[in-house]
Amino acid sequence: MEALILQILNGLDKGSAYALIALGLTLIFGTLGVVNFAHGALFMIGAFCAVTLQRILSISRETIDETRTDFLGNPLKVDIPYVYDWFGADAGQMIINWSVPLAILFSIPIMMLVGVIMERGLIKHFYKRPHADQILVTFGLAIVLQEIIKAIYGANPIPTPAPAALDGSFDFGVLIGMENIIYPYWRLIYFAFAMITIAAVFAFLQFTTFGMVVRAGMADRETVGLLGINIDRRFTIMFAIAACVAGLAGVMYTPINSPNYHMGMDFLVLSFVVVVVGGMGSLPGAVLAGFLLGILESFASMAQVIAIIPGINQVIIYLVAIIVLLTRPRGLMGRKGVMEE
Amino acid sequence: MLGLNNKDLRLFIIVICLTVFAPFILNPFPETSELAQFNAGYPDLMQRFIIFGIFAIGFNILFGLTGYLSFGHAAFLGVGSYAAIWMMKLLTLNVIPAILMSIVFAGLFAVVVGYISLRRSGIYFSILTLAFAQMSYALAYSVLTPITGGETGLQIKATDTPLLSNLAEGEIGRANLFGLDMRSSFELELGNWLFTFNAGYYIAVVFMLIAFYLSIRLFRSPFGMMLRAVKSNQQRMNYTGLNSKPYTLAAFVISGMYAGLAGGLMVAMDTQVGPERMFWTASGEVVLMSILGGAGTLIGPVLGAGMIKYMENIISKINDNILHKWFEFMPDGIEDFLVTIIHPFIGKGWHLTLGLLFMAVIIFLPGGLVELGQRIGRLFRRGGSKDTAAQSTPAE
Amino acid sequence: MSKSNVTRRGVLKTGAAAGAGLALPTILTAGSHSGFTNAPTGSTVTLGFNVPQSGPYADEGADELRAYELAVEHLNGGGDGGMINTFSSKTLEGNGILGKKVEYVTGDTQTKSDAARASAKSMIEKDGAVMITGGSSSGVAVAVQALCQEAGIIFMAGLTHSNDTTGKDRKANGFRHFFNSYMSGAALAPVLANAYGKDRKAYHLTADYNWGYTTEEAVVQATEGMGWETVNAVKTPLTQTDFSSYIAPVLQTDADVLVLNHYGGNMINSLTSAVQFGLRDKVVNNKDFQIVVPLYSRLMARGAGANVKGIFGSTNWHWSLTDEGSKAFTKSFGTKYGFPPSQAAHTVYCQTLLYADAVNRAKSFNPCAVAEALEDFEFDGLGNGKTLYRGADHQCFKDVLVVKGKENPTSEFDLLEVVEVTPVAQVMYEPDHPQMGGAEATLGSCNPGA
Repeated sequence: MEALILQILNGLDKGSAYALIALGLTLIFGTLGVVNFAHGALFMIGAFCAVTLQRILSISRETIDETRTDFLGNPLKVDIPYVYDWFGADAGQMIINWSVPLAILFSIPIMMLVGVIMERGLIKHFYKRPHADQILVTFGLAIVLQEIIKAIYGANPIPTPAPAALDGSFDFGVLIGMENIIYPYWRLIYFAFAMITIAAVFAFLQFTTFGMVVRAGMADRETVGLLGINIDRRFTIMFAIAACVAGLAGVMYTPINSPNYHMGMDFLVLSFVVVVVGGMGSLPGAVLAGFLLGILESFASMAQVIAIIPGINQVIIYLVAIIVLLTRPRGLMGRKGVMEE
Repeated sequence: MLGLNNKDLRLFIIVICLTVFAPFILNPFPETSELAQFNAGYPDLMQRFIIFGIFAIGFNILFGLTGYLSFGHAAFLGVGSYAAIWMMKLLTLNVIPAILMSIVFAGLFAVVVGYISLRRSGIYFSILTLAFAQMSYALAYSVLTPITGGETGLQIKATDTPLLSNLAEGEIGRANLFGLDMRSSFELELGNWLFTFNAGYYIAVVFMLIAFYLSIRLFRSPFGMMLRAVKSNQQRMNYTGLNSKPYTLAAFVISGMYAGLAGGLMVAMDTQVGPERMFWTASGEVVLMSILGGAGTLIGPVLGAGMIKYMENIISKINDNILHKWFEFMPDGIEDFLVTIIHPFIGKGWHLTLGLLFMAVIIFLPGGLVELGQRIGRLFRRGGSKDTAAQSTPAE
Repeated sequence: MSKSNVTRRGVLKTGAAAGAGLALPTILTAGSHSGFTNAPTGSTVTLGFNVPQSGPYADEGADELRAYELAVEHLNGGGDGGMINTFSSKTLEGNGILGKKVEYVTGDTQTKSDAARASAKSMIEKDGAVMITGGSSSGVAVAVQALCQEAGIIFMAGLTHSNDTTGKDRKANGFRHFFNSYMSGAALAPVLANAYGKDRKAYHLTADYNWGYTTEEAVVQATEGMGWETVNAVKTPLTQTDFSSYIAPVLQTDADVLVLNHYGGNMINSLTSAVQFGLRDKVVNNKDFQIVVPLYSRLMARGAGANVKGIFGSTNWHWSLTDEGSKAFTKSFGTKYGFPPSQAAHTVYCQTLLYADAVNRAKSFNPCAVAEALEDFEFDGLGNGKTLYRGADHQCFKDVLVVKGKENPTSEFDLLEVVEVTPVAQVMYEPDHPQMGGAEATLGSCNPGA
């Protein structure tokens, strides 16, 4: 029982990441009609916003410690971050440790900007082109973006831990009278963050005039255009918002897995499977499918399950995708006629 | 002739010439010059051009004609490869049975995958094929290790004694065609130029020409017409009472068999198989090849395949050392500056160059490299006559 | 038709045969050259450095490339000579190999066996390389080793730790300086038993591919020999990025040690998850819960950050060693690049020197002569103490380092500390050991190509 509860928690956590990326993909696809293969790269850039902020906060001056030597036997050069000088060593270190949460604020304007530049500079010209062209050009962009990150930060993962106060784990068992249900704080935060973001996106689309227009545009772009509404500008903003969602998901993900330049590609295929299982163009479908696949993946990785069906943990996501698509032609909640040609 | 109309015949002859004389065409720079770095006329790369050409031609039969975008085609290549290497390990080192087996097994696998996946269309179809391919990859890498060799793959070893080949004790078998070693080469030295004519390459060329010929015939046949009808409007076609499924399934299986042939040839040329061959990036690569070259055209996918493989094998091998040699004649400051500028795009940065090139082609040449050929052709032809060059005849 | 992979490009490049105008077409026959693939004819010899430059191990590949460049510099008489000065064999005099200047070509393995073979083939067919070396995974090492065997080229493996490379997939033309899974297990087990007691219950998470299997097998056997019990061993997919669903169930068992048979990104992520789940703060069976990582590399330690502190593992070499060879290498590498070398850099540097020295001693580039010179060669001064290149399986036998994540690192490169140098006798095994392919495994015979 405890094991199952733990795996449900794990599933919700993995599902949060899937759902957030799938949500952004669907927002872009649903509003702009563009299949964005660079969405994984946006997630990755978000994660590297956190890395960048960590680097910025740790900018240091070099001092020489005569009492110690480095590996060549020369006096050891010690880097002292400027924040130490300004705020004292303890407070300074604390600021550096808090770089991931701080990066949430730092990344929003950056991701907005990246989103706007991408949409205005490239995606805009591909609205009328076939989906295959959109896929290829955004895939090319994804490669370029990840190679740029690789050129700057290298290929090795970079540790970006959560602040010490949020890095421990929490014994759930005590609350519900069971044993050994220990779960890391940060993963709980990630889940909560995902829920809030998803709720915010839905509320935005549902309860604001802007959202209403965008929803109308999703349903019938031409008619909305004919009504004299400047749908283009709204689409740009929509793209920026989707980029932001992906970026924030990336920032928040960094303490869970150290970011590396190909993390976007790792997530890309999975998140496409999630989107399609949820049904093309359906926001609730994307979220639902994200959590569903996350939970099933977690269950499939239990030793007891693998013992019965060897290798199930390798294929579960794809197996579920096949079963869902064969029983429900347009995924869980897909609309008819979307991307079916 | 050969049942081809004039235009197609011209195209076919051009392809024959290009492939037969490839050792000359791909080695334009003398060995002694620094530009020899850009020569691609060595057996392995020439074989790869041909093999991935076949793979892309096959993929294009499905994607170019029916519009069904398979995102799991590498699985058929992989299955073909595994079938071929097991034939060689168990039965004979002659490549013909191995290649036939690879086509058969890939075909059978394609029937299963196609039958299931073709129940859906559009992106749902793409994801179904992707799912099958990813499952094949994941299983081949892990739990199927006894059959596939897992991470380290399969090679022909000294302990392998195929039934029909007489190997001396401890001799490692080599792929051959009735005794002709795939790796034997004939070298022609002309002044500072060196041209290599490799047996394996020409055997691959024969297969490729057959494959290419069949694909022309298929494009021009009533069957090909039917497939195009599926692409333009499947619904209308269904309304006329035609069931399109057998046609698309046939196209899918044929396309899978082409991939199997490519896989079998890969093993024939280089006797080893690893599971990465089936990873989604490999499937993505063939999509890129087709679109980059010009989807739906006969020659486009082959050009796309050539370009990607060229980048992968030539650009990735340029290092700073070589750059410094190139710019040696310049003053030091300028030399270092140029090397610094070019550095990110070569060697380990070849992916970056590839990505930029993709974007450039897609943005400026929606029809792929074939469109580039057409545009250049038009530049050279006075008055811009309506007759497009044979090499750039689109299928539609 | 000649049956050859031999190219005459070496000849052409040095201009020896560059006649004016059109030379007559010549058909090469096996007799017209020195009887082995890519025999160097001019005043230079070309080596092929085939390392991952893209993909997850690109940084490791970059470090290998730095070490190769350094080795070439030293072989050609540049720099301070590095380990040439401490190497027990004294044939290397800074005049290249056999008096020929060393040149090199580089390629990208992408950590994929197909790409690695394509790259190696282009080095052999196009550039006339007489030796191929490098790589950062066992899949690639086994694939390229088999290729070199077929082509008649010497392969000096880079970073490859799976038993298979010199076990069931060993080849007469292939040589490995790096240690392997068996040695990791044999070296770690006594140290673990010493530190954590003999009454421990271990839970293994294993990467689901060949290297993972051999490592798990080696560690399980070695630790069970010490009296440990193996509670469970769960396979994790290579493509897994989030290991939470594999880590969480560990809490539900009575295991008190977690062994992570993971490498690279897998290890970084699984270790991070394990620490986040509070495993290290747990007390099970009245013992502190412990985590073990059988194979460490500095890049992995860097990626995992503070999580590696106090965690045991094994490594082939570490720059903090104080023997003359290690000091010399660290000094020349550090002076040139500004940071200490990694174990991958060390092993490929050694491999290049060992090859060059073997050629000098054999007085020939012929792979069979080189192989003979390397087989059962005993040497010292390359940083691992007395070392034997065993002839029966072409594996180096040397001391193995057991290391621990450092508590107070002074720099981003100073992450591991050497806990114990396990003497070579303790990690020795018979060439037909069941973990190494048993009696079936055979080197075959050496292939000189043409």
